Amino acid sequence: MPALIELEKAYAAVRRDPAFRREFETYLREYAGRPTPLYFAERLTEKLGGARVYLKREDLCHTGAHKINNTVGQALLARRMGKQRIIAETGAGQHGVATATVAARFGIECEIFMGKEDVRRQSLNVLRMRLLGAKVRVVESGSNTLKDAMNEALRDWVTNVRTTYYLIGSVAGPHPYPMMVRDFQSIIGKEARRQILAAEGRLPDYCVACVGGGSNSIGLFYPFLRDSAVKMVGVEAAGAGISTGRHAATVLGGEIGVLHGSKSYLLQDKNGQVRETHSIAAGLDYPGVGPELSYLRDAGRIRFSSATDREALAALKALARTEGIIAALESAHAIAELLKLAPQLKKNQIVIVNLSGRGDKDMETVGEYLE
Amino acid sequence: MNRIDAKFSELKSRGEAALIPFVTAGDPEIGTTLKILRSLEAAGADMIELGVPFSDPMADGATIQRASERALAGGTMLPHVLALVRRFRRESELPIILFGYYNPILHYGLARFARDARAAGVDALLCVDLPPEESAELRRETEKRGLYTIFLLAPTSDDERIKLVARLARGFIYYVSVTGVTGARRALEGELQAQVARIRRYTRLPIGVGFGISTPMQAGRISAFADAAVVGSALIDVIERAGRDGRKASQAGAFLARLKRGMRGAKRPVSSF
Repeated sequence: MPALIELEKAYAAVRRDPAFRREFETYLREYAGRPTPLYFAERLTEKLGGARVYLKREDLCHTGAHKINNTVGQALLARRMGKQRIIAETGAGQHGVATATVAARFGIECEIFMGKEDVRRQSLNVLRMRLLGAKVRVVESGSNTLKDAMNEALRDWVTNVRTTYYLIGSVAGPHPYPMMVRDFQSIIGKEARRQILAAEGRLPDYCVACVGGGSNSIGLFYPFLRDSAVKMVGVEAAGAGISTGRHAATVLGGEIGVLHGSKSYLLQDKNGQVRETHSIAAGLDYPGVGPELSYLRDAGRIRFSSATDREALAALKALARTEGIIAALESAHAIAELLKLAPQLKKNQIVIVNLSGRGDKDMETVGEYLE
Repeated sequence: MNRIDAKFSELKSRGEAALIPFVTAGDPEIGTTLKILRSLEAAGADMIELGVPFSDPMADGATIQRASERALAGGTMLPHVLALVRRFRRESELPIILFGYYNPILHYGLARFARDARAAGVDALLCVDLPPEESAELRRETEKRGLYTIFLLAPTSDDERIKLVARLARGFIYYVSVTGVTGARRALEGELQAQVARIRRYTRLPIGVGFGISTPMQAGRISAFADAAVVGSALIDVIERAGRDGRKASQAGAFLARLKRGMRGAKRPVSSF
């Protein structure tokens, strides 16, 4: 708790500091490769025969996903706080890679916690992290996935709190993390808003993004929240189907609970034990969801839907073959929703989909399923 | 009067500190826990800290995580833990503190929990992932029922936080002797005594020390300046290693008796609280 108070104070200070903002924006531009394009998916638009489809190309960021936006911001904060060591949890490995990357860039010792099951299915990212000089700690407890990695990272943090900065990768965990991660990720929506106005002269009708913990979705949605005509859809991982119980659709299938210091929707059993989740996308395999997303859902601002493993795979393939873009399995959930949504809309309507990451890391998993 | 207050004043009159063993309820099943509780009482336990199993015990080290997993595998949930306390209450007046995580309690219902826990004979609750700042909702219910809430302080706690905990805590204050998760450590931090003295400036409540106590000598040293020593992981280790049922209870008792002797042998100022 004192660590959270220290972090909250430090973040409040940099949030008001124009020099910090400039530093952050410079690294995003010159190191992370921002702004990312807002790409008009012409062939996909034609094929779906409805709304005009734009893809926010976070897959083109350095390290291959939106995760770098947040790790650059927090690493700069960690450096200001004088921390000598950064730890992070990771599911798909994208956040782990993004953390290992900035730790290398700023010369800070780095240790990544990753569930044993995720280490198995994301071996490429494990190799990348090690190559970047990070130590990868394989977590064997509970379901051996993201939440267990987070438990272990929290344990490490409370033990080494004086020297260590815990770099959370999603809008999960205790305050101020959900707010801070949202702020760093909202560069996605800020750019997209500016870009769509430049391209179309108006705002989109829909913004669509996949939701695991929720960092890419809140990053896209947040700058559009006050544009009441812009509808928002969060797409959760339905795994084998929500009715089977083997899924990670927290908002649609969960109840209010408390995990990792935030009160939000939570996948839990009738005794309040956290349930094991399932998704083909390791980055969505988390039983919680950002508290702000839960709030916006209850307030009626964000609609939630879901895509199954199969639908995500089909969407991944469809996007690859129409646009020549291989999306991450996580982002493919948002594409799956697009495939259902766009044909129902008029040709003059606009949908922006957050293509949060690229699919290289998933090729083994995809191969297994396609066989 | 809450059993915890009664116990501390009884111990005070004898110039003793309390020995509080921690066991995870239902490790590996609830019948064994009942036998262990009896054995601990016979061996000189002054209060019991009873762990409520949780799927994500993020404040616990590997030993208690394993105990929690075994208990969950055996199907022990909060209602079973309350039933265990009710059963033990037929034969014992030892103060019982539930140690657990917030979500199972929230899910059970705060008002319902406070009512049922008190009716079962629970005296206090330590909700390890609920910081005092966020505890108002829970305390509204527990205070109505006379159920105490215990909060943790750590070496990193500053004076502001000590004041806050001193204001909200009931029964005693639990000082975590090391930064980190639960678990037996080789050595205790040297400044422990000074930290306990610092907390005393803000409270008249008894102060218990836990996390990392594993030997009679450590327990004895702590009882010289603190009012209670909590022993968790070291005891769980003994229970884990003891093999089958009956032996778990007897070895847990034997281990605790050694700690109690270590504490009784220690010199203790009579008026430490």
